[in-house]
Amino acid sequence: MAPNSIHWFRKGLRLHDNPALLQAVRGAGTVRCVYFLDPWFAGSSNVGVNRWRFLLQCLEDLDANLRKLNSRLFVIRGQPANVFPRLFKEWKISRLTFEYDSEPFGKERDAAIKKLAMEAGVEVNVKTSHTLYDLDKIIELNGGQPPLTYKRFQTLISRLDPPEMPVETLSDALMGGCVTPVSEDHGDKYGVPSLEELGFDTEGLPTAVWPGGETEALTRIERHLERKAWVANFERPRMNANSLLASPTGLSPYLRFGCLSCRLFYFKLTDLYRKVKKNSSPPLSLYGQLLWREFFYTTATNNPRFDKMEGNPICVRIPWDKNPEALAKWAEAKTGFPWIDAIMTQLRQEGWIHHLARHAVACFLTRGDLWISWEEGMKVFEELLLDADWSVNAGSWMWLSCSSFFQQFFHCYCPVGFGRRTDPNGDFIRRYLPVLRGFPAKYIYDPWNAPESVQAAAKCVIGVHYPKPMVHHAEASRLNIERMKQIYQQLSRYRGLGLLASVPSSNGNGTGGMMAYSPGEQPPGTNNNNNNSHCKNDVLLTIPFLFHPGLLLHGRGGITGKRERESERDGSGEKEPTACSRHKMQRQNAQVRLRLSGTPYGSYLAPGAAQRNARRKCLSVSQLSTENVLLHIIIIIIIIVIIYIISLWNYRHKYR
Amino acid sequence: MKRIKGVEEDSNSSSSKSPPEVCKKVRKQTSDESVAVVASESTESDWARLPQELLLHIFQYLPLLDRAYASQVCRTWNQAFHMPELWRCFEFELNQPASSYLKATHPDLIKQIIKRHSNHLQYVSFKVDSSTESAEAACDILSQLVNCSLKTLGLISTARPSFMEVPKSHFISALTVVFVNSKSLSSLKIDDTPVDDPSLKVLVANNSDTLKLLKMSSCPHVSPAGILCVADQCHGLRELALNYHLLSDELLLALSSEKHVHLEHLRIDVVSENPGQHFHTIKKSSWDAMVRHSPKFNLVMYFFLYEDEFGPFFNEEVPVTHLYFGRSVSKEVLGRVGLHCPRLVELVVCANGLRPLDEELIRIAKHCTQLSAIGLGECEVSCSAFVEFVKMCGRRLSQLSIMEEVLIPDHKYSLDEIHWEVSKHLGRVWFPDMMPTWCRFVTSVSHRCLRRSRQLPGCTRKARTPRA
Repeated sequence: MAPNSIHWFRKGLRLHDNPALLQAVRGAGTVRCVYFLDPWFAGSSNVGVNRWRFLLQCLEDLDANLRKLNSRLFVIRGQPANVFPRLFKEWKISRLTFEYDSEPFGKERDAAIKKLAMEAGVEVNVKTSHTLYDLDKIIELNGGQPPLTYKRFQTLISRLDPPEMPVETLSDALMGGCVTPVSEDHGDKYGVPSLEELGFDTEGLPTAVWPGGETEALTRIERHLERKAWVANFERPRMNANSLLASPTGLSPYLRFGCLSCRLFYFKLTDLYRKVKKNSSPPLSLYGQLLWREFFYTTATNNPRFDKMEGNPICVRIPWDKNPEALAKWAEAKTGFPWIDAIMTQLRQEGWIHHLARHAVACFLTRGDLWISWEEGMKVFEELLLDADWSVNAGSWMWLSCSSFFQQFFHCYCPVGFGRRTDPNGDFIRRYLPVLRGFPAKYIYDPWNAPESVQAAAKCVIGVHYPKPMVHHAEASRLNIERMKQIYQQLSRYRGLGLLASVPSSNGNGTGGMMAYSPGEQPPGTNNNNNNSHCKNDVLLTIPFLFHPGLLLHGRGGITGKRERESERDGSGEKEPTACSRHKMQRQNAQVRLRLSGTPYGSYLAPGAAQRNARRKCLSVSQLSTENVLLHIIIIIIIIVIIYIISLWNYRHKYR
Repeated sequence: MKRIKGVEEDSNSSSSKSPPEVCKKVRKQTSDESVAVVASESTESDWARLPQELLLHIFQYLPLLDRAYASQVCRTWNQAFHMPELWRCFEFELNQPASSYLKATHPDLIKQIIKRHSNHLQYVSFKVDSSTESAEAACDILSQLVNCSLKTLGLISTARPSFMEVPKSHFISALTVVFVNSKSLSSLKIDDTPVDDPSLKVLVANNSDTLKLLKMSSCPHVSPAGILCVADQCHGLRELALNYHLLSDELLLALSSEKHVHLEHLRIDVVSENPGQHFHTIKKSSWDAMVRHSPKFNLVMYFFLYEDEFGPFFNEEVPVTHLYFGRSVSKEVLGRVGLHCPRLVELVVCANGLRPLDEELIRIAKHCTQLSAIGLGECEVSCSAFVEFVKMCGRRLSQLSIMEEVLIPDHKYSLDEIHWEVSKHLGRVWFPDMMPTWCRFVTSVSHRCLRRSRQLPGCTRKARTPRA
């Protein structure tokens, strides 16, 4: 008898390029496509109405497309683990297929379901189609560790075979003899629910800027590629007011929900490139945006605490401020900075903002101005942003808050200047913050500086109709840059400006370990480039291990100097060629030196001289072992000579 | 554990030797032999016989919590736990659960330190979070440190300057306790605190011979006269950090007086406290005196000003070595920087206006012959000017960072080529910085790739007219 299949939709809400779905119908007697929704959970979850609407539209579209194949979508109310056993029995299922989910909690859930299925005698088929590559292969290629720089990731990718071609779209022909038994009351039992049914108040809800669904996604990709060919005409593209707005060719939410296959996008891009460029082979950078997504999936796949600061081995612990009021102001677009507020309004209304706008608001919330934890910002994005994926969202937030994926962090976006440069006229602000509509372009980014007469003419008095700025940006960014520097200096055991002992860090808080006890000594590794401690990188807040982030990341549970050193000895550090080995050498030097200097306080007690000594010692470390041997030999020779002389002496005495 | 066992075995076998010898030997052997020793012999031995020196050495490698656990093993270890050497350095973390995500130092531990180890403390820092309670707790501890003699004291606000919210009198009295009792304070970091002139006088009266480092950026209650008093009396001062409004010609002259040691580091934060503030200027002669006295000193300046507030700056030669512009600067000011900062080593410009920075960069490369590190945030630069800049600076540029998005490709170089070209001149592999752009699946996605490919030889014309 032909098997009865279930295809379980989670992401990958599409019929094109869906290998798991094809697997479900292949040779099967019946197929049922299911999606699990927990209506009781929906209202209380932290997913906003826009995302729910997008999802429901995707499901409706999926249902509509399945109807064309004489099938239907089964939206099942409940939790998979509770409902599957019943379904297996009721529908006499012998095959279950779904798309591979790379995220840690997804993997956990899938493992549980697999177990259930096996117990029920159901064969399980899993296919990768949400990512371009097999993520585990990338990790394997990197020696079992996820790559932690995008450059490294690109290198790994270039060594892999190109992604597999997208598979055929499910069609009548592919369905073959496979049918979907649909009951009379399908709509009542398994229909796609409405927002109201999920407990959302839809009154006054504006129409969706981003309509969900595979059909929309496929229209968009065509438009996108067409536009792309057309855009090629233009001279240098500039980020402008228009790029801030939702574009009818935007694709990111569709990729997130899997309405659009990333492989389809990949190959369409390649084709276009070949067509326009006459068969020159496309550079990796062509797929930049797809690869970024892939990069974050790879780094997150084995890290269940990827979205947390505590217990996340790749996240730097930064003493963020807990400040619910400030957070609320940011999330509700009441910061008093029109540029920030307009972006947050757009996010809340439409569910999408431009990536530079994301940088701006993320920087403002975290390292730039408010010094609030990126985890809080991430939660807000998760609620509002259509394309927020667990891995990508957390990864970007860590990046933008300088908590991981190390980069230069000297640069904070200014909540006034950045916007002004992007959209000098302020049309973006006027669109999303109508209350400021009356302000002239000159003051629209900093209306608090407008003279009272201007405010009166604009019918908007700052502090009455629109809030005053919640922070003094210059002051806040000064403080925060200082804090960041402090954290990174401590992490790297960079002794900062201190020729003299500045503030030594304790070893109890997972920062410097023992090394922190020798503040007088300047570990040679701290400043890659200048041995002369007089010219330290002071304003350019470079992180000494900037090019070697692998250091921080081995050994779970934190960033302790000891662990780092251990992992280095294991030689499992990320293989960034020269920086790595140099760093290792320096680190070893530092260690050796520490042992040599007897008590680690030695130099600390007498900063000036001892420090110079230490430096000299450090320089001679490499020759030390040979020196030791030489020393021994010399001593032995001296002893022999003395013995010889003594014996001679004795001889003489005897003869006398 | 391996290491401890190894050490232990070793000390048993050679217990007759004097401790320093043992130490040396152990250090040599632990790495390889000890493992074998552990494997071959059974591990029933008298842990208490481990010499104190050795124990101390091991303890120094352990974090506090592990030491605390170890101290419960036996009496000797417990005694070792309290050895003064282990308590010279301590960092009080005074986070409040309501305002911080990080754990605080346990109150019992603080009590015990004050009771048993306050006379051992020498290097102390207090980390406070954004709450006033946290800063007040720090002041309370400070005022109890009556019988200690500190060498280093740091008051660090990790989130917001919460010391500013503590009643000034409370803060001052706590700080004065330390100033009066510690006669050999050498490093003091009190940024963002309400320290004032009278308390600095107390500091000077008690620690003038030993003070070497003083960091007090953004201390609004200090006047130029207050800091001048410090400079006059503390001749050993080598590092100083303060805000621009405290900087005066007199201060520079005091720091370059004959009695004074060479200054090594001077950090100035230039922040506008109120809009339309007027900034005074420093005479060139004062800077010259400074450079004559301390030819190698670093002058670090952080600017957080609006563009129109730069009037008084960089009109004459300034011996600045490290320069950071936190907000956008005009091309004109950067042009002046290029002319008047011959000692410049590092430069960070976070943002500038809409026009590319080309000529300014070239000028900086030409005149600032010491420049070895540069970071450009949102500043747009054309590719050919950037390459020219790198070529002029060559390999002395040890740090070079710019965002990929702000490099403007031109007729000479595309973004792919610039990576090669710059790497060539630097003598090492170089890439522009990148920010995640995963959500940019809109049309601008294509700009770059097509822009790049437009510059590929052979397909230039055709790419421009795909619609024709």
